[in-house]
Amino acid sequence: MTVLAAHRNHPTYWAFILHRLSGLGLALFLPMHLYVLSMAIGDGARLDAFLDWTEQPLVKVAEVGLVVLLALHMAGGLRLLAIEFLPWRDSQKTFAAFAGSFAVGVGVLYLLNVV
Amino acid sequence: MTSVNSGETLKVDIWRGGEDGYYQSFAVPHETSQTVLDIVTYVQRKLDPTLSYRFSCRVGMCGSCAMTVNGRPRWTCRTHVDLVAEDGKITIEPMRNFPLIKDLAVDMTVFFDKWRDANARFAPSDGDLNGFVNVDPESRERKEANAAIECIGCGVCYAACDVVAWNPDYLGPAALNRAWTLVNDVRDADPKGHLKAVAGDAGCHACHSQQGCASHCPKSLSPTASIAGLKRKSFAALLKGEL
Repeated sequence: MTVLAAHRNHPTYWAFILHRLSGLGLALFLPMHLYVLSMAIGDGARLDAFLDWTEQPLVKVAEVGLVVLLALHMAGGLRLLAIEFLPWRDSQKTFAAFAGSFAVGVGVLYLLNVV
Repeated sequence: MTSVNSGETLKVDIWRGGEDGYYQSFAVPHETSQTVLDIVTYVQRKLDPTLSYRFSCRVGMCGSCAMTVNGRPRWTCRTHVDLVAEDGKITIEPMRNFPLIKDLAVDMTVFFDKWRDANARFAPSDGDLNGFVNVDPESRERKEANAAIECIGCGVCYAACDVVAWNPDYLGPAALNRAWTLVNDVRDADPKGHLKAVAGDAGCHACHSQQGCASHCPKSLSPTASIAGLKRKSFAALLKGEL
């Protein structure tokens, strides 16, 4: 069974994959995020040192990726809520495209803000 | 997609045997307006009479001849070779997610058992014995039912669905689609019974809305839309304490 099997190659399946992968990515990020926040309580100097480290360009690029993941997961989640709780619309591919475009757009805006 | 012309030869790889079978290659002459079912029939009648497959009406009504063609589930009687051939090659396999009997013939028992498990059967009411039930064709319920009613039970949606592959108990798109038509049928005596049957762990709420069913349905139905309707109705019924 391959992920790229022909029967899976359609926009709403890709929307599912992106939603799932962004969710997994965020689930991996969240414990690290909470760990870093916990430094504020126990070791403020260590937190400051870490925050200085995050000023590096590569970390900023990763930050943009994180923002894209968040936007992707939020837009994908709203798309699913619309499917499950609002009257059905046939333009499902358009909704999936809108969710993806929204995430890329948010990423670009964040990038412009960071740079 | 295709580069073959009428009179040229197609290279056709067909799955042979059971689950641990193999692909057998055949050379089949390409003809104008040839369908994938025509190819399979040619192989059986001219090249290897031991090839097992299933078909009946040949005109897209009976839902018997679905197979996997170049990786996608399709009704073969109405799939033109010109639509699917890739550089003159076609791979034909049995449908995914079904137990294989032999070659291209799958056992559809589990598929129809799930229609039963989904309570996807019309429950007649006593009704008015002196006349017909009036069904307004413009009513929302009838429009919802009409949008889903043309299913021919071919199993293409079931073969396309990843949730079926992940959870063998999942009722599947076709059975849930049928249940949705009954929930919207004003003549049906047991709409809550239909909802109860599909509201469990392996019912409508297991659907991930990947929409492989809707992408492949040869009748252009959207079982995902029907399943979304069942999710809404069963959620509302839960809030009202009816489930």
